[in-house]
Amino acid sequence: MAQAETIRLFDGAILARAAGDAFVKLNPARLIRNPVIFVTEIVSILVTVLAVRNLATGQPAGFALAIALWLWLTVLFATFAEAVAEGRGRARAESLRRARSDTMAKRLVGANRGQTTNVPAPDLRSGDLVLVETGDLIPSDGEIVEGVASVNESAITGESAPVIREAGGDRSAVTGGTQVVSDWLVVRITADPGNTFIDRMIALVEGAQRRKTPNEIALDILLAGLTIIFLIAVVTLVGLAKYSGTDLAVPVLVALFVTLIPTTIGGLLSAIGIAGMDRLIRFNVVATSGRAVEAAGDVDTLLLDKTGTITFGNRAAAGFSPVPGVEERGFADAVVLASLGDDTPEGRSILSFARDRFGVTHEAPEGATVVPFTANTRVSGLDAGGRSWRKGAVESVLALTGGPAPQAFTQAVDRIARSGGTPLAVAVDGRLQGVIELKDIVKPGIRERFAALRQMGIKTVMITGDNKVTAAAIATEAGVDDFLAQATPQDKLDYIRKVQAEGRLVAMCGDGTNDAPALAQADVGVAMQTGTQAAREAGNMVDLDSDPTKLIEIVEIGKQLLITRGSLTTFSIANDVSKYFAILPAIFVATYPELGTLNVMQLHSPQSAILSAVIFNALIIVALVPLALRGVKFRPIGAAALLRRNLLVYGLGGLVAPFIGIKLIDVILTLLGFA
Amino acid sequence: MTLIGWAQIALVLALVFLCAVPLGAYIARVVQGERTVLSPVLGPVERGFYGMAGVDASRGMGWLTYATALIVLQAVHFLILFLMLRFQDRLPFNPQDQSALSTQLAFNTAISFVTNTNWQAYVGETTMSYGSQMWGLTVHNFLSAATGIAAAVAITRAFVAGGVKELGNFWVDLTRITLYLLLPIVLVYTLFLIASGVPQTMAGYVDATTLEGAKQTIALGPVAFQEAIKMLGTNGGGFFNANSAHPFENPTALTNAVEIWSELVIPFALAVAFGHIVRDRRQGFALMWVMATLMICAIVACYAAEGAGNPLLTAAGIDPSMGNMEGKEVRFGTAMSSMFATTTTATSTGAVNAMHDSFTPLGGLIPLFLIQLGEVVPGGVGSGLYAILVFALLAVFVAGLMVGRTPEYLGKKVQAREIKLAMLAVLILPLCILSGTALCLVLPNGVSSLANAGPHGLSEMLYAFSSATGNNGSAFAGLTADTPLLDYGLGVCMLLGRFAFLVPVLAIAGSLAAKPKLLPSAGTFPTHGPLFIGLLIGVILILGGLQFLPALSLGPLAEHFSMLAGKTF
Repeated sequence: MAQAETIRLFDGAILARAAGDAFVKLNPARLIRNPVIFVTEIVSILVTVLAVRNLATGQPAGFALAIALWLWLTVLFATFAEAVAEGRGRARAESLRRARSDTMAKRLVGANRGQTTNVPAPDLRSGDLVLVETGDLIPSDGEIVEGVASVNESAITGESAPVIREAGGDRSAVTGGTQVVSDWLVVRITADPGNTFIDRMIALVEGAQRRKTPNEIALDILLAGLTIIFLIAVVTLVGLAKYSGTDLAVPVLVALFVTLIPTTIGGLLSAIGIAGMDRLIRFNVVATSGRAVEAAGDVDTLLLDKTGTITFGNRAAAGFSPVPGVEERGFADAVVLASLGDDTPEGRSILSFARDRFGVTHEAPEGATVVPFTANTRVSGLDAGGRSWRKGAVESVLALTGGPAPQAFTQAVDRIARSGGTPLAVAVDGRLQGVIELKDIVKPGIRERFAALRQMGIKTVMITGDNKVTAAAIATEAGVDDFLAQATPQDKLDYIRKVQAEGRLVAMCGDGTNDAPALAQADVGVAMQTGTQAAREAGNMVDLDSDPTKLIEIVEIGKQLLITRGSLTTFSIANDVSKYFAILPAIFVATYPELGTLNVMQLHSPQSAILSAVIFNALIIVALVPLALRGVKFRPIGAAALLRRNLLVYGLGGLVAPFIGIKLIDVILTLLGFA
Repeated sequence: MTLIGWAQIALVLALVFLCAVPLGAYIARVVQGERTVLSPVLGPVERGFYGMAGVDASRGMGWLTYATALIVLQAVHFLILFLMLRFQDRLPFNPQDQSALSTQLAFNTAISFVTNTNWQAYVGETTMSYGSQMWGLTVHNFLSAATGIAAAVAITRAFVAGGVKELGNFWVDLTRITLYLLLPIVLVYTLFLIASGVPQTMAGYVDATTLEGAKQTIALGPVAFQEAIKMLGTNGGGFFNANSAHPFENPTALTNAVEIWSELVIPFALAVAFGHIVRDRRQGFALMWVMATLMICAIVACYAAEGAGNPLLTAAGIDPSMGNMEGKEVRFGTAMSSMFATTTTATSTGAVNAMHDSFTPLGGLIPLFLIQLGEVVPGGVGSGLYAILVFALLAVFVAGLMVGRTPEYLGKKVQAREIKLAMLAVLILPLCILSGTALCLVLPNGVSSLANAGPHGLSEMLYAFSSATGNNGSAFAGLTADTPLLDYGLGVCMLLGRFAFLVPVLAIAGSLAAKPKLLPSAGTFPTHGPLFIGLLIGVILILGGLQFLPALSLGPLAEHFSMLAGKTF
């Protein structure tokens, strides 16, 4: 898997630029997208105006100025968090932009499309045919109509080894901005300008036109609702305090208000969303929308293709069973000699199995001739010095040896077939020697990953074209929950529909055109970058590395996004308790000195108490930026255990942490003589 | 605090939970239209009603139709009750020749009984005719209780299956709840009260000559039947001004215990019924435990505060062994008065057997805070369940994100629309309670209603608006409530507290019902068990309670700490 260049969590250049952007983002017209921080900005302006008025009229203004300063910092820290998150994607966006711009395309024109005219890439429309030759950049996304070429896709995937692209089949899609390094292609353009894959990637990594995801919208509503509730609580406090004989100053009320509303999560919410997308892109997966990433977190059924995902895709030797009377070691010698001329992956796997298990290696004997495999004979082998070694399909080898096979041999063949393997018989000089077991090899560690998925509540389903027996055997070995054998594209589609009707959300990956309907039907469809254009358009994510096992990580990234939001919301709300204990005694102590009992933190003075709460409220945003960008770690330990853990850390932590933080700030303020 | 006091509290609680479990199963059968033991008798009556009203019992209603039916019925009933009170002097069954109510008082009272609040800005025995009490108030005690339960059942149905458009038939729910649940219990309950000495008569008031030779008028009336539904339907509007402190409403320690039991049993049983209807009984018990835990903590705190008595009086040489007995009936004592005060506010009943105004500051804080939590522990009949479900959705939303999935409750995804509606409903509480209190405390017309100055005065006003908005109806007393400002102001709060909460809840029900029901998996966060119970308690306290802390600190808390410092107002 080609990992894109890693950007450190805090890169100096990004931080410097973000600091500048943080001020640009103060524009209320932009900030209104974030209700909590927008309201904070409005009251910051209010307090600033009041402080300046006090200064002008010669009234004491120091306290109001200090509050105003920290309120502005609260807003700035929030815009800064967003700017940092965006900054991390920008470097990638700029390299993508370079790949896109100023390409000239050779458009095929004329009666038989025989001539080419040079047109700028942005002028190409969907349906145009273009010729791309060695060294050319492919001008836009398209489908190969003619030709085979190797294409360097490193601009998109970060992987520098060229890949083969050809007309027809499952590798016919090309992406604008990639480069043909040998041969030529005729490509039918499938995307209009501004709508290409690279354009989409740029928009995603920049996060500028980011649309809010469904959960984000719901959370925004909750936060706005809380803001209104606390607005009511604080405004009505004026009347209650007036009745009680206290006139509350506006800066004090604003301080109470801002510390109560969920500024922490409000300030970090958009950074969390951008960082989540960024993590995905860093992982070389491009999602068409944030909605898809969130949906990935919700998925509870994964459809995985057997070949390439669960198994290596090539059958490999997994056991030797000689007939009675043949030594194991002698059989290994026979097998190796019979396979020396077999250059298929299966043949190589047999040689390496013999070497690893029995330490048997052989050079080809002098004057040996290779007997190649043909569809007619269905055997291959070696002839040398009048002797012959043969390996092949059981019936064909039995036909060579004549005579009935020993019972042990037949039993071994049956056992192998039953367990989903393929038996290959071996004969030396026309005498049956034994059977080789070839098996689909399940990738190491995949079983553990499925177990982890099960812990997360996700069911895995293996899809294969194999027959039921083979499929069942591999399913058991890999530890998937279910399998779909001899699956046609229609079977896949039907299966997804059935599972969805049961109330489950399905993710799958696919590459071929015939996967497109299933990709579109699945809640999360991950298309492979190597796949067809149809598949890439049907899915809602494209994996640039074309690694189907990544589905698992995509689910984790989706979950992490939601967990981070939930955890910081809980933290933010839990913080409120301490702020009451800091501010309420401070503002009422003049009227009811007895309420000083509620000052459990023993803060130095009413002013230092209020200021400490406001400062803590601002600093906690900055303190949590790394967590927001990195995301709260997802642990596959089951929902109940995960909730218990996060509630303990962010709920209880959110309750306790500000008591300590506010006290600490109060001590520092007192030591510095500010209060 | 005494051992016998704690034992009484424990005994009543045990009886409540013992009865709530089977009653919950029964309610589930009733509202799902299944056969019950009473069906042979009541079935024909029920079908008779549908025939008379032309109701097709098999036809379901979408949430909007359900809500419209509910609102229209309440509007019509408000009008009937308003006119009945406004022209009471021309209507029959008025042996004491009670005069008509003023427009403002008739408005306030009509809203009060239609919304299950039973805030009483009038004095029962000198204001209401027997006819008004029976046909007006008692009828609405049934109607408002059944309406609340119907709404709770409607939202419960939203969780049963996926892709459902209908929430049931409001008329059928109303009829079945009244016929199969409320009426049978009330009939038995009435007989018990009559046997205990509660009057049930149409005869006029009796004049008696006291030992000192003074003449005293003893008010009577058809009390027992009204008393039964008053408690069972968590209504709380007493026949007499002294409510359940009056010996004709609540004559003995036994009737007192039964009254407490009867206001608690249906709200808790509804939580159990919820579990039955959604086919996962653990879910119902989880809600019940949330309600029970918070309520029991409140009872313990209230009894502890009242049992400790007033330190200022103790210092003045008064024996503190009976606790704070000011404003309490000797036949109930501190324990059962504290329990009554807590349960009447934990449910939205609002009946009183002691004067909350005379409680110690912390003892009075408990009832006030329970109302402000949104009447969810366990809350009124029906309203308690649907309100706690709103909090459950909010809890599931915030915490559910923390397990990394779009939050879901009982297989229904909680998304923007539900959160919007839930926040809309929850907003009503601070909007009415805090704005109303603040406004009336700065307006001279409002302040003049207060009997006490300082923080206690603030508590009186805060209590009135909390009680009205939470549809509780109990009074802190010490407040002259029958003024135009308070009659209309509190009337509007009662209206909003009921319907501006209920309509969003039904809209949530409609939205959830239409969603597919997802299967639970290991990745779904379980909404039963101690973790969820603790979480929901935390959310109710923080989301429901935190917003009132500033107001409470200027009221009961300031008074409490001042009292400890030896200061009075």
